[in-house]
Amino acid sequence: MAELTYRDAVAAAIAQEMRRDETVVFLGEDVAWAGGVFKTTVGLLDEFGEKRVRDTPISEQAIIGAAMGAAMTGLRPIAEIMFSDFFAVCWDLIANQIPKTRYMTSGQVIMPLVIRTANGGGVRFGAQHSQSIENWAMMIPGLKVVAPSTPADVKGLLAASIRDDDPVIFFEQKSLYADKGEVPDGEYVEELGKAKVLREGTDATIIALAAMVPRAMKAAERLQAEDGISASVVDVRCLVPLDTQTIFAEIRKTGRAFTVEENPRLCGWGAEISSLAMEECFWDLDLPLIRITTPHIPLPSADALEDEALPSVERIYNTVREGLD
Amino acid sequence: MARKPKAPAKSKAAAKAPANSGSRLNDDIGEDKRLKMFQLQLEVRHLETRAHDLFLQNLVKGTSHLAVGQEAIASGFATAMRSDDYTFCTYRGHAHTMVRGASMTAVLGELMGRECGLLNGKGGSMHLTSVEHGAMGSYAIIGAHLPIAAGAAWKSQYLGTGQVSVCFFGDGTTNIGAFHEAINMAAVWKLPVVFVCENNLYMEYTPIGDVTAVEHPAADRASAYGLPSIIVDGNDADAVYRVARDAIEMAREGGGPSLIEAKTYRHFGHSRADPAKYRPEGELEEWMKKDPIPMYRQRLLDFGIGENVVSSIEEMVMKAVDDATEAAKASPEPGSEYLFKDVWADGGASWRN
Repeated sequence: MAELTYRDAVAAAIAQEMRRDETVVFLGEDVAWAGGVFKTTVGLLDEFGEKRVRDTPISEQAIIGAAMGAAMTGLRPIAEIMFSDFFAVCWDLIANQIPKTRYMTSGQVIMPLVIRTANGGGVRFGAQHSQSIENWAMMIPGLKVVAPSTPADVKGLLAASIRDDDPVIFFEQKSLYADKGEVPDGEYVEELGKAKVLREGTDATIIALAAMVPRAMKAAERLQAEDGISASVVDVRCLVPLDTQTIFAEIRKTGRAFTVEENPRLCGWGAEISSLAMEECFWDLDLPLIRITTPHIPLPSADALEDEALPSVERIYNTVREGLD
Repeated sequence: MARKPKAPAKSKAAAKAPANSGSRLNDDIGEDKRLKMFQLQLEVRHLETRAHDLFLQNLVKGTSHLAVGQEAIASGFATAMRSDDYTFCTYRGHAHTMVRGASMTAVLGELMGRECGLLNGKGGSMHLTSVEHGAMGSYAIIGAHLPIAAGAAWKSQYLGTGQVSVCFFGDGTTNIGAFHEAINMAAVWKLPVVFVCENNLYMEYTPIGDVTAVEHPAADRASAYGLPSIIVDGNDADAVYRVARDAIEMAREGGGPSLIEAKTYRHFGHSRADPAKYRPEGELEEWMKKDPIPMYRQRLLDFGIGENVVSSIEEMVMKAVDDATEAAKASPEPGSEYLFKDVWADGGASWRN
């Protein structure tokens, strides 16, 4: 085990996969010489050279289009979109082209590519550089969607995404980049589509993703310490494929489920889990499933306002405690 | 208000082409390729016309965009391409897919929503693709496929395969962002890709000149990306072939991308829903005089090819279209097993465990 930051785990995963597979290539804005604006790709240019690690113009459609064309003809490209908000300027490629081409052509091509992006708030960048847009990707048939919460998951799930034969949208939560954690040494690959139970509990089940996972863990610890409430915490990790087996097993154990979502309220991933749980776990539920989300507003930039908007440890703690009353 | 007809453009490439001397075809193109281009143009013409007839019989559903009048571009390029080169085209893509080798039955079958269709009925008219023939897709959103074609060219460059991507699009595409993003990046990366604007004078229902700041929507933009301005008579398969050959050869040798503007005209409207009433009176008639197929037929005769050779190609193509029509009509509709197939690489559609 080595301690790595969430940020360093990105480069570690890419390097691991580029060493073992010559068809893995990487492109994006400022990713090569600058090592990425979030310093997530430092060292890759030095090790793999300009042929495999390529700086691009500020042309998101060209970046994603190039990744798609290369993927459908034999490479395994990794494309970086600097901020996930910029998906909006290349959404045609992401929503219309990449996910539908295999299906529309009746299986004539595979689309093994990864789009990595810095997602989410907490760093005071305002409404156009802070969005949590996993649900945009989740609603498109044909995209796999991954959002890790720890450095180990960054490495293991990014490696798995690169090896996957389908397009994967890989959301790195930018407020987690400095977080440190133990990462297994040597070649490390996780499996896509597996949620992780981080904390076992008997009274409530808190289901969280990405930056909301450490907050849910802190809230669970406080519930235990201050109120004697035993909460389990499930890290969803992958929205597509969705590990409903693990999630529903945890919901059934306690009968009281809460989602913690960074996205604005409407159509967040928790709404889908809530809907599925209604259909499939209804008779095991003691309470309606409660969603804890960012309100349905654009995210403001000031410290005080952004902190109030995002689900906080305090809000998670209060909502669960009041929900169980 | 009636618009004044635009005269067919004079082609720089055509002006440079060898004079039609009436001698045998011992020039840079030769008899075999000319006969191939004639046959391909006829195949496109008759298949597209058949598709139109099948609409009227309500056997082709949805929409469809015909390339009648534009056959010389697809045929000239296909004849200049290596079998492993890549074609990327638009929703007006029946021609580009077929000239690479996709069967008429599979094309018509797809338009008719039959199991024998190129995509088993899952894509339809606007998405014809035949990867085994290098036809890497018809793209239905304007501009999307220019960066995708550049990406395939990146693969060729990276692996050193020598394959060239050829990317066809309409004049309307020159005003969308992806056009500029793709050509700039292809030029900077010196990618082996040939961008081909089929300028048929109309972006959907509006004259391209009414909405574009320059006279030649593609060629006049080339200098912005350090590329030469190339205009070719898109109704002359020989002229198209020569321009295609040179651009593809340059790309294959590492000389980077080209941007070619082929002037042409579609005889039908934009899509099946469009009777093209916005065209000024006399314009279609003027362009019919430049119909690529009778012009090319006459050229073959002038080169000394026998009428019997030419007419036997015509008969063969008509029979092939008839046979394909019957085969497609006889094919069943796709079964529901296709519905949940091939979302993912594992062949399935599951999004949960």
